[in-house]
Amino acid sequence: MVYSIALYVSLAVFCVGLIYRFSNWFRFKVARDAQKTPALKRLLAGIGGTLSTLLSLKFFIWVRIYILDVLFQKYFWKTGKLRWLAHMCIYWGFLLLLLMHALDKVVTSAVFNNYYPTLNPFLFLRNFFGLMVFAGLVMAFWRRLFSPHPRPKSRTVDFYALVILAVIMVSGVLLESTKIMSETEYEGMVSDYSALEEDSEEAYALKAYWVEYFGVVSQDVKGPFDQDTLAYGRELHEESCMECHSRPQWAFMSYGVSRGLNSVAAGIDRAGLHTGLWWVHILACFIGLAWLPFSKFFHMFSTPIFLLAKGVMTEEMSGPENWATLKAIELDACVHCGDCTRRCSIAVTMNEIPNPKMLPSEKHAAFRSLLAGRNLSRKKLLAIQEGSYICTDCHRCTEVCPVGLDLESMWRNLKLHVADLGYPKPELWARNTIGEDYVIRKFGDETLSPSAVDRAFLQDLSKIAAVSTFSVCFGCRKCTNVCPVVAAYDSPRKALGLLPHEIMHCLALRQKDLVLGSMMLWECLTCYLCQEQCPQGVCITDVLYGLKNLALNRLKEEV
Amino acid sequence: MAKRFAVFLGCNIPARLKSYEMSTRAVLSALHVDLVDIPEFNCCGYPLRNINRDAFVLSAARNMALAEQQNLDILSLCQCGFGTFRMAGHLLDRDAALNETVQRALAKEGLVYEGKIGVRHLLGVLFHDIGLNDLQKKISLPYENLQVAVHYGCHALRPSNILRFDDPVAPTIFDRLVELTGAESVAWPLKLECCGGPLSGTHDSLSMDFAEKKIEDARRAGAHWIATACPYCQIQFDTIPKRMAFERGEDLQVPAILYPQLLGLSMGIDMETLGVDSVRSRIAEFRKRLAA
Repeated sequence: MVYSIALYVSLAVFCVGLIYRFSNWFRFKVARDAQKTPALKRLLAGIGGTLSTLLSLKFFIWVRIYILDVLFQKYFWKTGKLRWLAHMCIYWGFLLLLLMHALDKVVTSAVFNNYYPTLNPFLFLRNFFGLMVFAGLVMAFWRRLFSPHPRPKSRTVDFYALVILAVIMVSGVLLESTKIMSETEYEGMVSDYSALEEDSEEAYALKAYWVEYFGVVSQDVKGPFDQDTLAYGRELHEESCMECHSRPQWAFMSYGVSRGLNSVAAGIDRAGLHTGLWWVHILACFIGLAWLPFSKFFHMFSTPIFLLAKGVMTEEMSGPENWATLKAIELDACVHCGDCTRRCSIAVTMNEIPNPKMLPSEKHAAFRSLLAGRNLSRKKLLAIQEGSYICTDCHRCTEVCPVGLDLESMWRNLKLHVADLGYPKPELWARNTIGEDYVIRKFGDETLSPSAVDRAFLQDLSKIAAVSTFSVCFGCRKCTNVCPVVAAYDSPRKALGLLPHEIMHCLALRQKDLVLGSMMLWECLTCYLCQEQCPQGVCITDVLYGLKNLALNRLKEEV
Repeated sequence: MAKRFAVFLGCNIPARLKSYEMSTRAVLSALHVDLVDIPEFNCCGYPLRNINRDAFVLSAARNMALAEQQNLDILSLCQCGFGTFRMAGHLLDRDAALNETVQRALAKEGLVYEGKIGVRHLLGVLFHDIGLNDLQKKISLPYENLQVAVHYGCHALRPSNILRFDDPVAPTIFDRLVELTGAESVAWPLKLECCGGPLSGTHDSLSMDFAEKKIEDARRAGAHWIATACPYCQIQFDTIPKRMAFERGEDLQVPAILYPQLLGLSMGIDMETLGVDSVRSRIAEFRKRLAA
């Protein structure tokens, strides 16, 4: 009863989750012009595109992609043999366990009419597939631990998914090993499948045989046994048990564990631990099933579908609807392997600007949550903005992505997306924001009194060595006179607020608001003509750079 | 002994200006300069300068530390990158607190920045290390009647006390490198001014104005081509005329060419190897007819 409820609930969550994730592919508008493509139209176009591909020669492209990229995982082969082996072990081990073991009633018994989970080759294969998964996981962790590069942190959802997988695997092995040892389990089988009477000689012989050869740990029947008893036991075994039981040594992992637990077997059996383990194993499977669409493991659907779709699509040929859908699938096809972040050209910046949203592997997830319509706080949006624009568009992430995601276009779309939300390129954002609220306009012709000394501001200034050079400015205006930006305006003071020499002057007067609010900062070409020509050696351009740093920080704190 | 450098391509060149890399490699290999690629190089730090000084210095320092590990001078093709490295080196020398923060971050990867290596720009290497005489010997197809407007680029020239590239008021290195190909370097009033590139994305129309003014100035001085040695400037001169045609309906007629392309063509290297694109159709008319 509980079993059925749990099964159907988890199955229902799994299906709803899948439908939700699939529906995102038709709803998410990754590119700006995807706004013009309503979800229903995209769904129909997707179905149409799929059918026409199936009925055309492109079908063979799909077959090729399916074999090479999905079954053989060519893209991992190209990026490293050990990694390929690790992923192949996990993928195939897990898939075969799922088909042969978890779905045995549906799949295995339909294919093999003499299927018993305790019979070879199934007994052996279950352990072998399990070992593949364990080996793959160990290799994957090994790579992570000994990788010379910092890798992106695993997200909590991914972490839980891995924990569930580990619980399923470990509880499975423990369950099998406690069942091998269990005397109660043995007694139950004997009473169900044989006509032996309790405490009879036959019962003793069979038990002796099972204790000797099948790993059962008994309280009363202990070896060494004489040959006759064992021979008799063997006879009885062949009569009633052999048809369904291969020797448990074939289940090499579980058998090995059961030998290790030999001394505590009685306690385990009395406590009925195997029932507990069975529940742990089953419930972990159900939780894993329900969790799958929401976890990293969803990539077992999304990545193959992306690879297949991408293999037969081009932006020109596929039409705007299907292209918009492909871009949305692309967002889900990331396996969060972190290759992009390891190759990222600005990752080193994390030491000074600890904003993970600058790393491609994390920016990707941020884009998803933006599109999912989650109401992100201003702080988070600012982090995405900063991360998006620290990126130098060097294409390296796109080059190394093993799945072949076009990350470059994704970042371009993300920039447009945050710009639409009011967070464009930081310099432009500063220009717009400061321009709107430009202090000098408020003052008009009023005579300014020196504002109170802002110690924090002075400290920030003094940290930037070049800034302190403003103090030797004697106001000759050479900087302003050579500035090509000043020359570009008919009325520069109106456009720029403070001219370069006035900025130096205001610094001397400690007019923090005027200085940080000056539009000149965001119009500076950084051509260094002013600094080069200054007779006093004031590092004017460097001062402006420093002020831009401070102004951006202040702006971030304000909003 | 062959000269060896750690070539620094930065982010722009591999992604958006492959021809700069192609032409530089072709020319330098013909001149027996070895270029060592360091795949771990990161952003030079230039794009971070508006945002965070310490981050820009750290980025630059990491690259310099990587080159130091191999005991190689950095050869930058980009003037902004060159200027950023030299500026970062200057700040690291002067500012002990900054130096400490940077070293601490580098130490996490087992790197140290000691300031032992030099940072060079392509033009400087051609001028000082190869020398005009040796370069001259390689010119097999000199130009004739070709007028070139030499665009120095700001971030290699200024601030001159730190960059020490050439005379900031009357520089000659680039002009002399251009003239040895047989081309004539024209005098143009806006020669030393900015291409407008740094304001692209922040104030696009102003950025366009500067490029437009420069290109127009070069045309008026009679230039056929503008020669550049920086990806930012080259991209600016490449894209602005297209945008101008689209947005302002104007046709700017002075295409830009990267210096190693200009040099490579006169050394007889073919156009494909150099990645020559925009000036392709006009090369023949400027080639000196060699005595048969």
